[in-house]
Amino acid sequence: MLDDFEMVAGVEVHTELWTKTKIFCGCTTEFGGEQNTHVCPVCLGLPGVLPVLNRQVVEYAIKTGLALNSEIAEFSKFDRKNYYYPDLPKNFQTSQYDLPICIGGHVEIEVDGVKKKVGITRAHMEEDAGKLVHSGATISTSDTSFVDYNRTGVPLLEIVSEPDLRSIDETVAYLEKLVQILEYIEVSDCKMEQGSVRFDINVSLRPIGSDKLGTRTETKNLNSFSSVRRCLEYEIERQAEVLREGGKVSQETRTWDEAKGITLSLRSKEEAHDYRYFPEPDLVPMLIDREWVERVRQTLPELPDARRLRLMGLGLSDYDAGVIINSKALAEFFDAALAQFNDAKTLVNWVTGDFLGTLKAKGLPVQLSPVNPEGLAELLNLVAKGTINGKIAKSVLEEMFATGKGAAQIVQDKGLVQISDEGAIAAIVTQVIEANPQSVADFKAGKERAIGFLVGQVMKASKGKANPGLVNKLLQEQLAQL
Amino acid sequence: MKISKEQVEHVAMLARLELTEAEQEIYTEQLNSILDYAALLDKLDTQGVEPMAHALPLKNVFRDDVVQPSISQARALANAPDAEEGFFKVPKIV
Amino acid sequence: MTLTELTAHELHDRLSRKETSAVEIARAFTQRIEAVEDSVQAYNLLTGERAMAQAEAIDAKLARGESIGALAGIPMALKDNMCTEGIPTTCSSKMLQNFVPPYNATVVERLAEAGSVVLGKLNMDEFAMGSSTENSAFKQTCNPWDLARVPGGSSGGAVASVAADEAVFSLGSDTGGSIRQPAAFCGVVGLKPTYGYVSRYGLIAFASSLDQIGPITKDVTDCALVMNTIAGHDPKDSTSAPVDTPDFTKYLVNDIKGLRVGIPQEYFGSGLEPEVAAVIKAAIAKLEELGAIVDECSMPHTEYAMPTYYLIAPAECSSNLARYDGVSYGYRTEGATDIINMFKKTRSEGFGPEVKRRIMLGTYALSSGYYDAYYLKALKVRTLIKQDFDRAFAKFDVLLSPTAPTAAFKFGEKSANPLAMYMSDICTVPANLAGIPAISVPCGFANGLPVGMHLMGKAFDEGTLLRASYTFEQNTEHHKAKPKLGVS
Repeated sequence: MLDDFEMVAGVEVHTELWTKTKIFCGCTTEFGGEQNTHVCPVCLGLPGVLPVLNRQVVEYAIKTGLALNSEIAEFSKFDRKNYYYPDLPKNFQTSQYDLPICIGGHVEIEVDGVKKKVGITRAHMEEDAGKLVHSGATISTSDTSFVDYNRTGVPLLEIVSEPDLRSIDETVAYLEKLVQILEYIEVSDCKMEQGSVRFDINVSLRPIGSDKLGTRTETKNLNSFSSVRRCLEYEIERQAEVLREGGKVSQETRTWDEAKGITLSLRSKEEAHDYRYFPEPDLVPMLIDREWVERVRQTLPELPDARRLRLMGLGLSDYDAGVIINSKALAEFFDAALAQFNDAKTLVNWVTGDFLGTLKAKGLPVQLSPVNPEGLAELLNLVAKGTINGKIAKSVLEEMFATGKGAAQIVQDKGLVQISDEGAIAAIVTQVIEANPQSVADFKAGKERAIGFLVGQVMKASKGKANPGLVNKLLQEQLAQL
Repeated sequence: MKISKEQVEHVAMLARLELTEAEQEIYTEQLNSILDYAALLDKLDTQGVEPMAHALPLKNVFRDDVVQPSISQARALANAPDAEEGFFKVPKIV
Repeated sequence: MTLTELTAHELHDRLSRKETSAVEIARAFTQRIEAVEDSVQAYNLLTGERAMAQAEAIDAKLARGESIGALAGIPMALKDNMCTEGIPTTCSSKMLQNFVPPYNATVVERLAEAGSVVLGKLNMDEFAMGSSTENSAFKQTCNPWDLARVPGGSSGGAVASVAADEAVFSLGSDTGGSIRQPAAFCGVVGLKPTYGYVSRYGLIAFASSLDQIGPITKDVTDCALVMNTIAGHDPKDSTSAPVDTPDFTKYLVNDIKGLRVGIPQEYFGSGLEPEVAAVIKAAIAKLEELGAIVDECSMPHTEYAMPTYYLIAPAECSSNLARYDGVSYGYRTEGATDIINMFKKTRSEGFGPEVKRRIMLGTYALSSGYYDAYYLKALKVRTLIKQDFDRAFAKFDVLLSPTAPTAAFKFGEKSANPLAMYMSDICTVPANLAGIPAISVPCGFANGLPVGMHLMGKAFDEGTLLRASYTFEQNTEHHKAKPKLGVS
């Protein structure tokens, strides 16, 4: 980070909404598909066509607004944003200008233990543009470009933050939090690699201590947290150099070159923007009555912050709760397992330890885990009841992952039931003591750690099935009698 | 308000029209005469008057989120001035 | 009387009585078109083969003893801004010269369901911008009453075809008078319905908040019949009114006793030709004689309608016509090396001067720094104009004016001066701004040229307009006059 300047950033997040059809026509929003096959006269912008608004888009926008603590406008409308670009079939984008659906709001972030509310200015609905494919490596080195309109008209929600972000970490934390919320409320599939969420970063610098805003640049269309981080690192350093040399940062739109790790100016006279917004005459305004808003509120799931607090109330550490809520799928897995096994602390150790570790090793997302929450709970209940010990449980879990069989089944099939018969264990203990005089001598000489080795030998002799508590107790007793 | 030839040039750029020198002259003159006429509206006090963007006061017209058939790629491209491999083809963008 | 001179309801009677066949009627029109089209020049495209197939299908129905609807087997034609699947739809523009829509406009679907026989696509001012049809990129349509004069516009071909008996009826579109003004110039009936009554889906947009499709017919009865077919809610058009449509023929009642007719004085201003004024005066007297209660009234914001219109319509048009860029359909310039160059050249070569003028005007009116002064101001004045109508309709059932201040003018007479041309729509524009229905009905002749009586009604009260027009028509002979085209 810089020591002479403070960065001031705000972000515009474009998220594709998870509807079945496009915002103004019945074409599918499915990603991919052969070029120009998810199109119809309406999204192709053919002469004479008219848009009809998808109700689900409005519902998702309301839902997002509620999750971001926004006010939902009672009166909202669409406007046309006029500019020429070949990925925009009508050469205007139907968007919202002065009366967006969501007004205000905030998201709470935490960086280095410090909590902060990041303001949301607004969120508005609009249509996505098509996709350009270039004949050369980049847009500027291509003599020809190819247009695919499959994505044209996919609904977008543009969420605009206040310029509240003061560091790269804050910016990334805000974006991660926002995407997490969008994922939680299921308004977007949040598949960043498919462009479902894209970021435009506005950033400026000002001398530390100043409260005046500097001139900002906008870098468009970043699609991962790591590019946001790299882009900001580059861009603030670039601006700082300009300022240190006494120059002026020009207000402009820039583009991020992922391969080179630099931002580039998109400035050109022809691009001087004057969007000539005016009310969309082909769509009628929306009156969003409060009943509708309340109905949507009922569909809101528990949001990440609330969930985190609830889990901490169950005794989870801040860190563990954070790991669990980080993905909605994991949090739901946790809650489902918790319904059948109510020791949250033991559960979280297993979930964040062996369970996630195994998934990670197998490269599987939680949703595709061969072990379901009920299965894990069954396993942990076997441990709790003393049917198997913890060590055996780990191997049973491995077996569950490998075969998909239930815990009780595996325990039964493999005869893994814990040996809790004192007589049987005492016999093994006696054998182990006889076979390891050196360790016994060490123990007697005060080397407490030697008992660990002896416990291990007993467990090994019992094929791991001996009740570790009993093994300890009986070993201590027999050693004391020597 | 008078519109200058430079403004006409700027507006032509915004509208993606290429005007000849002669067209610029004539449009400057004609737009000015139309705008002079439009200046008639300045006589009216419209303070507090609601703008009327639509002829009918309709609200909340929605469609259900149900997939309808798209058209085929061949039909989508049938009117294309230039197409290749299922794409619309355009010249250099920047 | 030859078949081509008959109205739709007269032809329907003959078809139902099997005195003629749909094919015979279609042939008669094909021959009539062959005979007069060289002088009238109404059609951009003739779809004779399809028309014949449609006619044969109706005859087959009749042969099976099935009953047919009022417009079945009736030859008609479409203004060339309504999309027809598989048939070129050009807006009389070089820009769309080769455009073949992959879909039908809703009105085209409805006419097909009704069994109408589509003869072809009709010439117009490019993108419906104009008042004389001189702005067509393809041809000059002539007024059948005087071939040296314009048919009016922008629906010039649609109106001339009906006046010249080249179609029984046609559909036009009206953004500021484009159905009514030419209907007046050519002596036929033209109705601009209430905004939202007829679906705009598939109508190539000029100014979305003003555009409306409507019938052009030989008499008021046919007007009601066509409305029965084309009016009604369409889920594909968000601005389509979600209202039930009546049977419009129930308003065809020869009685206007007690009908309150307002005469807004502002519509009788300085540009009004004395000969036209005299004809309108006589029409007013006729209505009074038939029992209407006529009174003068004032609509103080009328003078602001034209400037308001010439800000709103171009603003919307500048955006609606942005899509013509040569990327995915329509004209594309040759050999452009980059996209901006392609956009500019395509649009400059593809659009004619009036279209470019309006795009320029609208772009300016919406541009940064001018939006409030021009566009927003115009939207507010639009409210005031609408309020004038609300007040007037509290006292009157219909408002009456000339349809146009002059009769048909000569080619070239106004083309050099855009403002003078725009004034031709001075009486018709307010109804578009207010979204209300208005009809032009033949009411006499000035120097041998037809004059139209313009009646404006309350929103969705086409019924009263039809009743007033029908009563006037039943008690006058003007609509029966036919132009002499110098052919037999």
